[in-house]
Amino acid sequence: MKVLVTPKAAVLDPQGAAVRDAMQHLGMPEVRSVRIGKYLEIDIDGDAAQVESKLRELCRDLLSNPVIEDYQLEKA
Amino acid sequence: MKFAVIQFPGSNCDQDCIAALDGLDDAHAEYVWHKETSLAGYDAIVLPGGFSYGDYLRCGAIARFSPIMQAVRNEAAQGKLVIGVCNGFQILCEAGLLPGALVRNRGLRFVCAMTKVRIEVDHSPFTLGLTKGAELRIPVAHGEGCFFADEPTLCGLNANRQVIMRYVDGNPNGSIEDIAGICNRERNVFGLMPHPDRACEERLGSSDGAKIFRSMIEWVARKQARAA
Repeated sequence: MKVLVTPKAAVLDPQGAAVRDAMQHLGMPEVRSVRIGKYLEIDIDGDAAQVESKLRELCRDLLSNPVIEDYQLEKA
Repeated sequence: MKFAVIQFPGSNCDQDCIAALDGLDDAHAEYVWHKETSLAGYDAIVLPGGFSYGDYLRCGAIARFSPIMQAVRNEAAQGKLVIGVCNGFQILCEAGLLPGALVRNRGLRFVCAMTKVRIEVDHSPFTLGLTKGAELRIPVAHGEGCFFADEPTLCGLNANRQVIMRYVDGNPNGSIEDIAGICNRERNVFGLMPHPDRACEERLGSSDGAKIFRSMIEWVARKQARAA
């Protein structure tokens, strides 16, 4: 399973802003914004579908913080 | 007055807290390992600063699931005083005991500096003896201390007078509305990024941090006197 965690739009992402500035500085003025999140690869024993609801619960409670982040769960 | 100072793997201000509290009149502090499950017998709980679980994933994200946190939650629900300093504040937010979250400093740099904070609420267990508008000098040391809350949460914090202190003369981390410390609605759980534990003796540059701990001691003493 793959989990993508990204900062919510309303949350300041100074890392993303610094990378955007660097990209613009390196000859890509077209870069309008960069948001930096996290990517998790999770190996699961057995049938992943059986544990999906538990995984979703942990995406919300542990892997992301819903106050500042959104997550997407993707089947590998 | 007995304080519990919770030790998570990666806490590094636990000793500062013990030293600061033991140096105050009528106070005694003990370490409590995060694997413990009870906080009975303590009058107040301190979540110290540091880098619990190496700040992996997010600051405080893993520590909030430590066994002791269920006891912290239960004691907080009973009205016991809980103070979270720096990483302790981050843990309280992650645990949902305080609203909002602490994210990377706006300037991206770890900030280690003396700050000045203004007391916004004088009738709290953490600010007895302080007047609204009083300014305290307390140092910060953090990389993720930028307080964030969405608009409805922020409105609630202001309307319920839960913002206990704000930075003045400079905001070290980009915190929304210069917020340095907030409490819960019930006013017994307090989180702040500045380290009162590092400002309890004049030779450390300030003794203003002791005012917060003394307030807690006074509040507990009054509560015990009322109960007697």
